[in-house]
Amino acid sequence: MTQPRKTNLETEMLVNVRDLAVTFATGGSTINAVNGVDLDLAPRETLCILGESGSGKSVLLRSLMRLNPARRTHVTGSIVVCGHDIQRAPERELADLRGSVVAMVFQEPLTAFDPVFTIGRQISETIMRHEGVSRGDADRRAVELLELVQVPMARQRLAMYPFELSGGLRQRAMIAMALSCRPRLLLADEPTTALDATVQIQIIVLLRRLQQELGMGLILVTHDIGVATETADRVAVMYAGRIVEQSPIAEFVANPLHPYSRGLLGATIEAAKDGNRLKTIMGAPPDLSRLPPGCAFLPRCERAVAECRSVMPSLRSPSVGRAARCVHVERE
Amino acid sequence: MSSIELHDMPQNPASSTVVAQPIAAGGYWAGVRRRLSRDPITLAGAGVLLVMLLLIILAPWIAPYDPYHGQIPLRLKPIGTPSHWLGTDELGRDMLTRLMYGGRLSWILGLTPVALALVIGGAFGIVAGFAGGWLNTLIMRVTDVFYAFPSVLLAIAISGALGPGIGNAIISLTLIFIPPIIRVAESAAVSVRNLDYVESARSSGAGSVTIVVVHVLPNVLSHIFVYATSLVGLSMILAAGLSFLGLGTKPPEAEWGLMLNTLRMSIYSAPEIAFLPGLCIFLTSVCFNLVSNGLRSAMDIRA
Amino acid sequence: MLTYILRRVVYALPIALCVSFICFMLIHIAPGDPISAIVPPDAPPDVIQQVRVEYGLDQPLLVQFGIWLSHVMAGDLGRSLATGRPVLVEIRAALGNTVALGLAAAIPGFSFACLIGAIAAWNRGNWLDRAVSGLAVTAVSIPYYWLGIVLVIVFSVHLNWLPAMGAGSAGRGWHFNWNNIQYYILPAITLAVIPIGIVTRTVRGNVSEILSQDFVTTLVAKGLRRRTMLLHVIKNAAPNTITVMGLQFGYLIAGSILVETVFAWPGTGLLLKDAIFQRDIPLLQGIVLVLSIFFVALNLVVDILQTIVDPRIKRHAGR
Repeated sequence: MTQPRKTNLETEMLVNVRDLAVTFATGGSTINAVNGVDLDLAPRETLCILGESGSGKSVLLRSLMRLNPARRTHVTGSIVVCGHDIQRAPERELADLRGSVVAMVFQEPLTAFDPVFTIGRQISETIMRHEGVSRGDADRRAVELLELVQVPMARQRLAMYPFELSGGLRQRAMIAMALSCRPRLLLADEPTTALDATVQIQIIVLLRRLQQELGMGLILVTHDIGVATETADRVAVMYAGRIVEQSPIAEFVANPLHPYSRGLLGATIEAAKDGNRLKTIMGAPPDLSRLPPGCAFLPRCERAVAECRSVMPSLRSPSVGRAARCVHVERE
Repeated sequence: MSSIELHDMPQNPASSTVVAQPIAAGGYWAGVRRRLSRDPITLAGAGVLLVMLLLIILAPWIAPYDPYHGQIPLRLKPIGTPSHWLGTDELGRDMLTRLMYGGRLSWILGLTPVALALVIGGAFGIVAGFAGGWLNTLIMRVTDVFYAFPSVLLAIAISGALGPGIGNAIISLTLIFIPPIIRVAESAAVSVRNLDYVESARSSGAGSVTIVVVHVLPNVLSHIFVYATSLVGLSMILAAGLSFLGLGTKPPEAEWGLMLNTLRMSIYSAPEIAFLPGLCIFLTSVCFNLVSNGLRSAMDIRA
Repeated sequence: MLTYILRRVVYALPIALCVSFICFMLIHIAPGDPISAIVPPDAPPDVIQQVRVEYGLDQPLLVQFGIWLSHVMAGDLGRSLATGRPVLVEIRAALGNTVALGLAAAIPGFSFACLIGAIAAWNRGNWLDRAVSGLAVTAVSIPYYWLGIVLVIVFSVHLNWLPAMGAGSAGRGWHFNWNNIQYYILPAITLAVIPIGIVTRTVRGNVSEILSQDFVTTLVAKGLRRRTMLLHVIKNAAPNTITVMGLQFGYLIAGSILVETVFAWPGTGLLLKDAIFQRDIPLLQGIVLVLSIFFVALNLVVDILQTIVDPRIKRHAGR
């Protein structure tokens, strides 16, 4: 069993994506889920990809592990994760990577687990696959992992089936499973969306703590700004398959650049307190099979001008580390 | 085998951006018709069935010979004989004629039980589905008992006890098709009963009968009907099987299953002739199954 | 768990009772006086009277049923009108032959069906899937007794490779050699055709549906080896598939009459046919009863098996 090639670790970017475009062929039409995305992630960094349904954020995340259905998916651009060219890597190399160097936490743990195997078995099989240890050793490690994610009565829970656990415990178990082989990069696809509000906070805090303790890079996809503010070092806002704004979190919250970001921040309950009306972004997300040539946000933007219609604005950086696709953003 | 494929996008992000088409009642059937018209296999199957139906209905007028009387010296002539295109059977009767007339009885034996079971089973099932409570339990438990019998055995046992004859064969076949139709009808009725639009109709003051007739029945009936079409193929096979055993039609009637039996003795001298009646049963059964599959696909909105 | 099993057994008993009642009624739906169904026509009057009392034929129906049932529980299924031997003795010999044929059809047949069903689901949408689906539709549409005749025409009449009928030395000791096996081949294929079509269709549907579920993405995301993933798919597909296979096996055994007629196979099917045409009602009744109870018992076993394989049922039932 080959170990994934480990290169000069700490100085190299965990994730380096250039010009990624992902399209799906469905029925008669082509869906442009991701349209030209550049992405970087440094080791030990947390990036939150923020966006609503249909923005392409989940597709983007899955592309990092090449999890999209191969037959219907067309991918262009370069994806380099932990030194591996994901697009060109043979299936065997990818299988060695998945679950060990890069791991994923899914949105709905009830359907993401196999219903007819125990939690313990599903965690152990990952460990046995990548680290070649015996069943007994893998089970011992599984108990440690469950304790790490704060699942009470870990040993008994090992023998339980997914449907026997509550939503919060299930998601913790899934996190444990993802961490089982000490990945350098953790990908989380809306890990708290399917959970109760009270449990959401616990999971978010847990993820942040684990990320720091284990020194992993973390890319967290969400539509919830609260999650972003709680966990992210940097945030990237996605709209219609493009990144429309990138920024360190503090500056993003203090001064959002893109009109869409402003809309998102203005639409929070917090912002609507004190008797103000809940500001919503009017309109609906665009049809990904029929994208306009200009800025995709145009129909919903309060600050649209003629220039926005003709060409998609490139990313403009008013200061180091920040960028947004809007004509109103001043270049540095 | 290729590497493990992800056959479907879980939580397909694209689906949320596709605008859902509202399905108006008229639009649904137009959609069904459209999907059917684009399904060559189903259309071909339906076409073949239509041709067969025509042949057997028009048999008395277009068949070349008398199906009951033959000339012994002409027995077991092979296929391709100029005066008898499909040959002759062991009593010298023309095979083409016999097959056409035989189709009449075979189709009757095959279709009638399903039609009767559709009516009887459908009625019981719908009543059980709507009534609920003890009536539902009673009907469904009795159905369970009949499910405890393997169908072929039950049909033969009843036929065996009643004795040979077309009527008896139809009775025993109807009895084995009633339980599955009851189950399908009951489950369809239950699921429709719980639908929101029935609730809203009820709350707007419509009486029970109105609800049933106007809203529910068309939905449930089409469901049951499509299921029943999937049983016709099996019914033909079993009906012909009963005749093959001697429990259905009696000589000198022409019927495909019976012909299969009598021609069996001749397989050493004229095997191709013995081949023919079974081929007809097979063809009919396949076409009914293809049409039923096609109907089911066309009526499935999710597809 | 044990309580669940016990509960299923108890639930099966009323069904078995009702099934027995229907078998009992076979005598009474037959045209003519029930007594003529039980004793030969040339029996002396005092024998007739004795049987009338013994079976309680003057009593109300339910009482008769009770009497009949008590006989059955004691192992007395009556005597065959044709041979005079006890029905149970006749059936026992024949049942062995039928089960042997059933196993010969089921074991290779179902394995094959599972294999091609899985392959079809794997290759969903392309030509392989369509070919298998087409094969399955054909298989369930064939009048299988006709297929048997065709096979005999091809392999016995034309090619003379295989025997046309009989079971060779079956019933007189088993020897695993060509002499014995050759008799099984054609009847087993004929018997297995429709069940193979049904199982193929079922497996294809099950595996297809499983492969489109979310947890399969998780399995891929964990980088598991192909054989581990296969194990996951199999364990998920098993409960439903086992149920269908069990049911089909039941049909194989209970519905073998047509195949046994074509091949003159000395099993319960052929015995049943002879019983029907000789109007040997006690034998007819006995065979139907034994086969039906066998079917009920088989359903019970399949039910319990499914519980063992699918943890969701077990745990939910235990609450």
